[in-house]
Amino acid sequence: MSVAWYLALSAILFAIGLFGVFVRRNPLVLLLCLEMLLGSCNLALLAFDRYHAQGDGSILAIIVMVVAACEVTVGLGIVVAMYRRGHPIDVDKTRELHG
Amino acid sequence: MTEVLFFLAATLAIGSAIAVIALKNPFNSVLALVVHLAALAILFLLLHSEFVAVAQVVVYAGAVMVLYVFVSAYVGEEGETWTSGGRLQRALALVLAGAVGVALLIAVLGSGLRGLADSDELPTLEAGFGGAAEIGELLLTRYLLAFEAASLLLLAAAVGAVLLARRRPGGIPEGPRVVAVTDLVPSAGTGSMTEGTRGTLAAREMERDRLAERAKAADELAERRVAERLAAKRGKDGESA
Repeated sequence: MSVAWYLALSAILFAIGLFGVFVRRNPLVLLLCLEMLLGSCNLALLAFDRYHAQGDGSILAIIVMVVAACEVTVGLGIVVAMYRRGHPIDVDKTRELHG
Repeated sequence: MTEVLFFLAATLAIGSAIAVIALKNPFNSVLALVVHLAALAILFLLLHSEFVAVAQVVVYAGAVMVLYVFVSAYVGEEGETWTSGGRLQRALALVLAGAVGVALLIAVLGSGLRGLADSDELPTLEAGFGGAAEIGELLLTRYLLAFEAASLLLLAAAVGAVLLARRRPGGIPEGPRVVAVTDLVPSAGTGSMTEGTRGTLAAREMERDRLAERAKAADELAERRVAERLAAKRGKDGESA
């Protein structure tokens, strides 16, 4: 099973995630599609890791997961704060985030 | 055997990715993403990165997705599914995402990367490849700076989340106020922060002022309710008379 298959799958998943980010209106689903983008990058990193037989790619994959967790924390905090103040949960209607 | 498993996991990953975008209820999208992450974990296992696969399932699917489940249950509205650009925006987005996908595929498959050309004979892996020991050693020796920076980022994210979730006046009413034990027990003498910085006397005074204020607010509320009931009763008497 050559590495090219995994990279092709990663490219396809990236394109699907990108489409989701452009097209959905609910910020929760937007963040989910961002997770998919990051997951596809992890797959590419680990595929090259397998090819070079080194562990560097998995380190970067773990750091990517840490960054994704932090981003999800703050993003969901923003969504909860928006809901608490009564703003609509809708990226098309969100004009300013101040306050 | 690995080919069969690869194609099964790949199909599951692509199918659940499309489901995340296509499902209307955001809760169902979250569940579809959990399936997607499990499929990715299978793929990571096929690439012999066992630690990252387990971290994916435990941390990503087990913690981050549970956070999503809680928040989507709390927020819960469905609203509009697709963006306000309408069909044109969706078509353009499809074209653009397709173009990016095709460009990536060309870059990966068609460029004649040396790594891909002779990747049918993959190098044999050492015994501990992808295990926790090797990753731990790398994190603590070669990638120590990245490790510490990631810890700092986690701290910043935790502080940011606490700040964002603070209650402020003027939000939606969250239900009847509940009396807590700390409301009844005076905090002077219990070693609170106010006491430590300003002294016990100041803490006692602040406590007394706070309780007096709450008693006053309760009195005002009771008076207002009585006045409302009287007005309602007078209104009813006025109607019937």
